[in-house]
Amino acid sequence: MSEKLYSISVEVNGVARSAHVPARLSLVDWLRDDLRLTGTHVGCEHGICGACSIMLDGEPVRSCLMYAVQADGHRVTTVEGLANPDGSMSVLQDSFCKCHAMQCGYCTPGMLIAAKGLLEANRHPSDTEIRAAIGGNLCRCTGYQQIVDAIHDAARRMASGAK
Amino acid sequence: MKSAPFEYLRADSIASACEALRREGDSAKIIAGGQSLVPIMAMRLVRPSLLVDINEIAALKFIAVERDAVRIGACTRQALVERDDALASRVPLLRQALAWVGHVQTRNRGTLGGSIVHADPCAELPLAAQVLGAKMVLRSSSGARTLAAEEFFTGPMVTATDSSECLEEVHWPVWSEPRTGCAFTEIANRHGDFAMVSAACQLALDGEGRCVRAAFGLGGVGQTPLAFPRLAARLLGTKLDEAVVKSVAQDAAAQTEPGSDLFATADYRRHLAGVLAARVIRAAQEKAGGGK
Repeated sequence: MSEKLYSISVEVNGVARSAHVPARLSLVDWLRDDLRLTGTHVGCEHGICGACSIMLDGEPVRSCLMYAVQADGHRVTTVEGLANPDGSMSVLQDSFCKCHAMQCGYCTPGMLIAAKGLLEANRHPSDTEIRAAIGGNLCRCTGYQQIVDAIHDAARRMASGAK
Repeated sequence: MKSAPFEYLRADSIASACEALRREGDSAKIIAGGQSLVPIMAMRLVRPSLLVDINEIAALKFIAVERDAVRIGACTRQALVERDDALASRVPLLRQALAWVGHVQTRNRGTLGGSIVHADPCAELPLAAQVLGAKMVLRSSSGARTLAAEEFFTGPMVTATDSSECLEEVHWPVWSEPRTGCAFTEIANRHGDFAMVSAACQLALDGEGRCVRAAFGLGGVGQTPLAFPRLAARLLGTKLDEAVVKSVAQDAAAQTEPGSDLFATADYRRHLAGVLAARVIRAAQEKAGGGK
């Protein structure tokens, strides 16, 4: 059995990546299984949990609800792309550590992407805006409060010039 | 949870998308944002042989504000519809409805037209289209036709769209009355889920607070989103006092045909329908500057 393959070129975390993929390969499976970028997690695989959130052309989307072939010609940022160029953690990631915004860590990559999308559009989000931004991401450990605290903390630090 | 195999075509124009639909017939399916289609393909409830991707067709992405209507391209992302201030001042119900649709990540990818052709009777955008009497422009390789919402929605997840047609644009009427207000509300298990019951209303008032134009409807309680033009007409000429609002809302609830499931009985849904209908009528009145 051979499925037809489609040629794609996608910029992933600033690096041009090319591949031949079957049409039904989801974007998250391509990122994890072929590119070995396993930071992006697969939770429900039907758009409920938010664990697979990535940025497509700078906007958070769910990578289980896209086929890899649809990303051809687009720009993808995964959680691996959030760190500083020298490999140290970004302020947002550091705030998650500082505020204990994770326990098992399964939702964390999706939460970070959702938070990144929010902070890029809104430098001073309110509690309500933060809760709306992560409303599509399920966490079963933290009770969410520390995640909200971490995003507030990151917003404050970024406003005072931290990177 | 993986889709069955299919072939993929990235359409570069509406004409090429329509041509692919004509050639493939029933076994082809259009993908826009994919926020509903991809899950049902993963569950293998749908197994198209060809996916025609319309995401790269720039001509399907626009918001055009005109005098009597706002035209929105079918593949316009819900997030853009939500953010557009010129649209929000002319068709405010859309922004209100979108506040209940999914989450940031799904609105960034999901499209206005995708939600409407998916026609989930619990979905918010189809209800807004039904209440306002939006018009759907359907394109095929043999031409275009326009259907009003009441002819367009024919059943749960079923529309009058033929397998050779692609939704091209949606026309949303602009109400010119100066004192117009609208409201949207719903009850769902979690915010962002499909509604258990949803309600939407748009009203216009005269200088004395009398209702001069009214439309309202309910979602999740029938085969399609429901509008109640005859009941809305009973609001005209009144000052929307408690008795008239309550009786109109109760009569609307009585016309619904909700189902029962694990989460709510039909009786509970019918009860909610009456409560939420009264609530949106009152909230729309307040938005229009009427009431107490």
